[in-house]
Amino acid sequence: MIRLPLVLLFAALLFSAGIYGVLARRNAVMVLMAIELMLNAVNLNLVAFAANLQDVSGQIFALFVIAVAAAEVGIGLAIVILLFRNRASINVDEVDLLKW
Amino acid sequence: MTAQEYAFLVVAVVGSLAAIAVVTARNVVHAALYLVVTLACVGITFLLVGAEFIGWTQILIYVGAIVILFLFGLMLTKAPIGRDTLDHLPQNRIVGAVVAALMFLGLAGLLLNVWPIGTTVASQPVAGSTQAIGESMFRDYVLPFEVVSFLLLAALIGAIVLARKDEGAA
Repeated sequence: MIRLPLVLLFAALLFSAGIYGVLARRNAVMVLMAIELMLNAVNLNLVAFAANLQDVSGQIFALFVIAVAAAEVGIGLAIVILLFRNRASINVDEVDLLKW
Repeated sequence: MTAQEYAFLVVAVVGSLAAIAVVTARNVVHAALYLVVTLACVGITFLLVGAEFIGWTQILIYVGAIVILFLFGLMLTKAPIGRDTLDHLPQNRIVGAVVAALMFLGLAGLLLNVWPIGTTVASQPVAGSTQAIGESMFRDYVLPFEVVSFLLLAALIGAIVLARKDEGAA
């Protein structure tokens, strides 16, 4: 079987890549993709600890995270498409209507 | 080192390189395709850890549905393919890289401090995990399950309302 810290290191790297994507990329779809990377890192941790603790609850939480991520991508892309239709841009720096 | 660990190391290296390629790719469509590789590697890791149900769910939902959704999102927003240089500014890249590197070093230091690779023993997978998931899901987690189904319905309606064109208003 796979030792726990190896999986956790992989998840930490995925999470860090996601953080870089959210901070550095300005394309809204790219930001959503980076968020998916971070959610996957969390799922990896949940499943690795479920295997480590011999408890199936972690896998169920990973399933819930997948379901919520699917809902999040659906809404997020709908907002991005609406944004593009209204502003002809999906650069997140140009969307500052609510900033004062 | 077991055979699963060697397989996992290959998968983890491929997945990590693809994850870095996702966030650094200039072409956003290429980024979405690298995302497929990363998500598939995470799914294979789930299978190797012994969580076969989550593994196949990952491959079906993420690789099959979410990435398709991303590609549609890119197509419908006329993604600036090729001239993507405005997407990440140099100062954003530097700050992002520093924060991400600090995050990775912090997490890696923390978890290697608690679970040193040399001395940690490997765990066995949960036997018959699909059956166990089903029993636990519908015995202990029925209410969260129903809430998630309601959330998905609300997200479905919300996405349709947001993304459709207003015919009456115009």
